Amino acid sequence: MNGKDEKFITIYIMGKKHMVPANLTIMKAMEYAGHQFRRGAGCRGGFCGACSTIYRTKGSYKLQVALACQKIVEDGMIVTQIPFSPADKKRYDIDRLKPEANTFLEYYPEISRCLACNTCTKACPQDIMVMDYVQAALRGDVKEAARLSFDCIGCGLCAVRCPAEIVPYNIGQLARRLYSKHVVGPASHVLNRVKEVNEGKFDEEINKLKNMPKEELQNLYNSRDIKV
Amino acid sequence: MSGYPDYMQESIRLVEKTRSERLEKGYPLMSAEEKSEILKKWHPDYKEGTKRLLKIGPSAGQLMPHEVADILEAHPIINPKDIDLTDISFDLDILIIGAGGAGLSAALLAHESGIDPDRILMVQKLRLGDANSKMSQGGIQAADGTDDSPTRHFLDIMGGGRFTNKPELVEVLVKEGPDVIKWHESLGVMYDKNPDGTMKLEAGGGTSRRRMHSCKDYTGLEITRVLVDEFLNREIPYVEFTAAVELLMDDKGQVAGSVLFNMDSDEYLVAKAKSTILATGGFGRLHIQGYETTNHYGATADGLPLAYHVGAYLRDLDSTQFHPTGAAYPEQIVGQLATEMLRSRGAQPVNKFGQLFVHSLETRDAESSAIIRECYERNNGIITPTGMRGVWLDTPLIDLIHGSGTIEREFSAMYRMWGKFDIDIRREPMLVFPTLHYQNGGVEINTKCETSVPGLYAAGEVCGGVHGKNRLMGNSQLDLYVFGRRAGRFAAERAKKIEIGKLTLDHVYRYERWLSEAGIKTDRRAPLILPEYRGKRTLEHKIKIL
Repeated sequence: MNGKDEKFITIYIMGKKHMVPANLTIMKAMEYAGHQFRRGAGCRGGFCGACSTIYRTKGSYKLQVALACQKIVEDGMIVTQIPFSPADKKRYDIDRLKPEANTFLEYYPEISRCLACNTCTKACPQDIMVMDYVQAALRGDVKEAARLSFDCIGCGLCAVRCPAEIVPYNIGQLARRLYSKHVVGPASHVLNRVKEVNEGKFDEEINKLKNMPKEELQNLYNSRDIKV
Repeated sequence: MSGYPDYMQESIRLVEKTRSERLEKGYPLMSAEEKSEILKKWHPDYKEGTKRLLKIGPSAGQLMPHEVADILEAHPIINPKDIDLTDISFDLDILIIGAGGAGLSAALLAHESGIDPDRILMVQKLRLGDANSKMSQGGIQAADGTDDSPTRHFLDIMGGGRFTNKPELVEVLVKEGPDVIKWHESLGVMYDKNPDGTMKLEAGGGTSRRRMHSCKDYTGLEITRVLVDEFLNREIPYVEFTAAVELLMDDKGQVAGSVLFNMDSDEYLVAKAKSTILATGGFGRLHIQGYETTNHYGATADGLPLAYHVGAYLRDLDSTQFHPTGAAYPEQIVGQLATEMLRSRGAQPVNKFGQLFVHSLETRDAESSAIIRECYERNNGIITPTGMRGVWLDTPLIDLIHGSGTIEREFSAMYRMWGKFDIDIRREPMLVFPTLHYQNGGVEINTKCETSVPGLYAAGEVCGGVHGKNRLMGNSQLDLYVFGRRAGRFAAERAKKIEIGKLTLDHVYRYERWLSEAGIKTDRRAPLILPEYRGKRTLEHKIKIL
């Protein structure tokens, strides 16, 4: 951005009118307008869900959702952030749980209220099939619930919009841990290697490298076989 | 519709033309001599006028970027007279500063080491789990493959770090790597696996075996959210939107907790602790040399001034990691990460004529240097409408090699992010240029994560020594959990044994004295806590290559 031939547009941040450069993300536009984020900014790269935003565009009744760091401003846009969604995350001991529908119903019984209205899916800035994973959990398909929810960044917008007051991202989190721990289980070559390390199998080799003169180590490095 | 302007699309036609031939041929790795030469000429670390010798404190004389020296040669935020040390808000065994991968691991292990949860407190200036840890895309290294060994991992790290690493830290890292993966699996982290239940392992720049474990291109997100979930299950106390602004000491010369700043009420709080763990992350938001960064909003290197005020040694801050492939276009995501895993899976960097100019998996320092040279010496880069330069990262190769659907399945974050700007990375390459990524150096620690000041522990990116002058992909993720867990364990051990004496902030006066004795006159204050982007600052690009 060189600032010279910049096109400016009007946006409304929590109702207040601001002129901002047209090519900014909502996040940068808010900063341009003078906000210093305490809440509402995180990774700034679409991975953390701190900057959940809802907005309407000029002339539209539709309430839309976005991550402020990933969405470009539009002329006439009216925005506000929802940097937090109130949700009761249940405490559980993952070791003792079973990967089945009853586990979800025990901790989050409200999922049985799912109306299958798909509002959650429409509210997801990651385009995740939220309703589908909630339904998968409800029928005990832990694998499908884990797979479909995987790209969830926990922004909370689904929970804010759900008319049945379900907190989908908590369901997804539980599903993924259940699936990995109790359906897939650990990789045996990892367990074997841990055992070998604990038995001291590599101690002597590594000690040798640790105490090697730098030049010798360099030669060893430069001549190491690479199999990738 | 393509998100690229016409002139870029013309160049993309050339990239398409050479694709099958490039796939066949590849490009050779640099020799040790070639690498050393290109680093000296083109790596930003070697650019003149970008660093200075630190003037004050126990690590005076160390060379570091101006931006880092600026926050060390700066006044502490607090005036000790404003803090009532008898009004203690938190009386703790363990205080953990920072809630990313290292901090969360430390908290879980402190708890498992027998510390009552109510005697632990985690403080974080943003939200629980907000950290660079969460943004890591490509993967985490650990030598658990059947054709691999921790010894090989050790050699790769030492060579990657140009043999400047602290060997005993590297030893710990490689030996505990497989155990970290085992721990993650026991907590329910969903690693990518083959149909036979083995880990999907890939190569990274500078690895001699495939040892990169991944969770699609959301590796850090997946691990962090599992650790956060477990942390909440254990009911360990934490306070968000509360920053550490100055460590506390006692009259025996030990670190004894921290002065905290409540970012809602703008009040100071005193947290007294027997062991204090710094897990504050790195310095991307200092925008070293004006570079854009891949880093989290909170990456303002607060741990460096905090540790330095109490006299902790620093190391290796003269080297900075520039990730070879940050976005160079579109403007809105300039500097954001295009994961190295794209290259692991076959994407090649090519110039505007569609020619290869470097092997895809050189170590990051060398790969970055080659891209900068291609753009600025040979002038073979694409120049964007805002004057950025970049080369193509030819992502369609990935589906060509591994079958269609691979990009959508394995790189959904990348596909989604570029897709928002009408760039379909299955069909079109990404325009990339090196971006500020990682603080290689930092606070010096030993294998117990002890700093040079008793009572102060450190883990993760705030530390130096593990990666030497250049880190390999996937080793920072591993570092977080290996050293985070150790910090929690050893801090717990100490907390069971020691007593804190009379609290003091005399080191603040000492620091002011160091500043004035060195003739440093400045308005700067540190730690920064939040970066400043208000108004026109949000539009600034300051990077100057030549």
